[in-house]
Amino acid sequence: MKYVDEYRDSNLASRIASEIARLSDGRQLKFMEVCGGHTHTIYKHGIEDILPPNIDLIHGPGCPVCVLPMGRVDDAIAIAHTDNVIFTTFGDMMRVPGSHGSLLDAKAEGADVRFVYSPLDALKLARQYPERQVVFFAIGFETTAPSTAVTLLRARAEKVKNFSIFCNHVTIIPAIKAILDSPDLRLDGFVGPGHVTMVIGLRPYTFIAQQHRKPIVVAGFEPLDIIQSVHMLVQQISSGRSEVENQYVRVVRPEGNVKALEAMAMTMELRPFFEWRGLGFITQSALKLRPEFAEWDAELRFEVPGLRVADPKACQCGEVLKGVIKPWECKVFGTACTPETPIGTCMVSPEGACAAYFSYGRFSMASERSRLKIAPVVQTQGM
Amino acid sequence: MELQSSQSDEVLAKIERSRQARRHKFYLRDEHVTLSHGSGGKATHNLIEGIFAPAFANVVLDRMEDAAQLTLGGLRLAFTTDSYVVNPLFFAGGDIGQLAVHGTINDLAMAGADPLYLSVGMILEEGFPMESLRRIVTSMAQAARDAGVLIVTGDTKVVQRGKADGIFINTAGVGTVRAAAELGQTQVRTGDRVLLSGAVGDHGVAIMLAREELDIETDVQSDSAPLHTLVASLLDNVGGAIHCFRDPTRGGIATALNEIALSAELSIALDEQAIPVHAGVRGACEILGLDPLTIANEGKLLAIVAPEAEQQALKVMRAHPLGKEAMVIGTVQAEPAGMVFLRTDIGGTRVLDMLVGDPLPRIC
Repeated sequence: MKYVDEYRDSNLASRIASEIARLSDGRQLKFMEVCGGHTHTIYKHGIEDILPPNIDLIHGPGCPVCVLPMGRVDDAIAIAHTDNVIFTTFGDMMRVPGSHGSLLDAKAEGADVRFVYSPLDALKLARQYPERQVVFFAIGFETTAPSTAVTLLRARAEKVKNFSIFCNHVTIIPAIKAILDSPDLRLDGFVGPGHVTMVIGLRPYTFIAQQHRKPIVVAGFEPLDIIQSVHMLVQQISSGRSEVENQYVRVVRPEGNVKALEAMAMTMELRPFFEWRGLGFITQSALKLRPEFAEWDAELRFEVPGLRVADPKACQCGEVLKGVIKPWECKVFGTACTPETPIGTCMVSPEGACAAYFSYGRFSMASERSRLKIAPVVQTQGM
Repeated sequence: MELQSSQSDEVLAKIERSRQARRHKFYLRDEHVTLSHGSGGKATHNLIEGIFAPAFANVVLDRMEDAAQLTLGGLRLAFTTDSYVVNPLFFAGGDIGQLAVHGTINDLAMAGADPLYLSVGMILEEGFPMESLRRIVTSMAQAARDAGVLIVTGDTKVVQRGKADGIFINTAGVGTVRAAAELGQTQVRTGDRVLLSGAVGDHGVAIMLAREELDIETDVQSDSAPLHTLVASLLDNVGGAIHCFRDPTRGGIATALNEIALSAELSIALDEQAIPVHAGVRGACEILGLDPLTIANEGKLLAIVAPEAEQQALKVMRAHPLGKEAMVIGTVQAEPAGMVFLRTDIGGTRVLDMLVGDPLPRIC
């Protein structure tokens, strides 16, 4: 298929991988892919099998579902249970556990929870059911925040009064700062988030290269994008550079998407602080609606408990998110915590490091691999 | 990311214990039925093993095949039932009525049976347009006629407005099992080949796109089709070499193959690049972040055949109108038992698990 197959060429992949091996010369290198979309690609295509063993990919906090604290899920469920509410959300939020069940459970108990592909679909529902209150559970980094912003602007322009947004948008830069300041972690560079950067541009990453002296390469989401980004990181390291580079030039412009940033600035402002699951409270790391949009702010329209709920003791999502431990090193991984019965959020979203590892992970056959050869199936006739 | 060998062993042991536990015990912790329980994936599996299987347990049911196998007066019969709640009722390539006929025919065919008679139960919602009902019934009659089966009994119930979604259909069917057929998941052997009759994901994607919330235009059509003549042709030509048939409906080939691997206690290794997927389906899946291997089909079959019959079976499949795009997609191995894995397009490997949760509810 055009625009896909080009980025999945296995010969090219192994050529770049051997070049990475040559350049890195056996040196142990740890790179963090910040974005959950990258984690998903890495496991879905088995990229770690292709990279040389001295390259270690650490899965960062870039899965918006995974960093949402339990208390916010409880708040969402409380809104969903309010009379006359249609509560809308992206599909992967449905199964995220709060302290008493998930939105899917709330739906089974009678709440009207529906999943949508875009906040504009939620706005459409509001127009369709003028007598109901339609709430959209907005989550995500700068990737999804612009669509929430555009929806808000449209709601105001069309004077849709029975629509509101439960805003949980977070911003990536403070999270990267928190990780760089974390004492228990040593990284050699970052694979930067392609979709976020498409919105915010390359400039916000300058501090990583200049103050922390770490290279960062903004990457696309196909297997070859990621392998090439690792190659670019290794090239920087081997020539002693630490720069912000853009591998995803077919999508990301250095200045970002000015219109999207404007829409966000018109509708949202920074919260003084926000809790991140596993990372704790990070200042100025999340967005809320501006006072001009108070009418569409679900947190003001509905009663929410607003309680902080401690993560389950056994769950080590925090350490996994910071890359301090690997998913399989968590005490409950694969035993009490599985994709069917997730304890931590990292197991829920397909972008979460634990779910990716559990579903696609290779370790269950790591020891088998030496004697386990999957030969390509030979066809006698073409399709 | 290489694991230290001691650590790696520990992790492997832990995962293996968990997988073993999952295989033999089913913890149904949910307090309510959720949509996941209807997905055909793991939650459905847990529901069946946790509630239905222990309550109804008997020698026939316990085989857990698509259709029950009965012997009555020396005659081997296959008997099955299925309910249809698809939304929307009409979609590219089919409708709920045709699906209700084809689905039950296919469940019988997978048991190696020639489908003969169907029953039809209708649950209608007050206010349902008579015109739509007529259209659905005409389509059912046509599908039955084309497949050479008779609808011989039926039932109708009407419920109050709001208590059902337009129309729900249940069909049950009986057929006679072909003499040559010694089929079943437990017949699968190490070294067997996995054949797939055509491209995957068409039905699920057609349904998804027929719902109005997505403005994606493609030419994807549901693959809904009766598979019994393809099965008959395979049994006539390569009979004894065929060990198992499955139609990969809800949960896609990922779920069907995992179920085979679990009950045969063997491993299945697939080659991702050999698995045919139509461009429209691939495109829609790329956009929506879905895996075509977990998406439903209604006119495809998986055949597990002895290695020496691989080419003959492939030839027979490709000679049939429903098997033109057939491919050999993988092999059965001894280890690691109970798992399906995939050689990826880019040359890596990964585990292919059953579908968890439900990306697209109510597809059939």
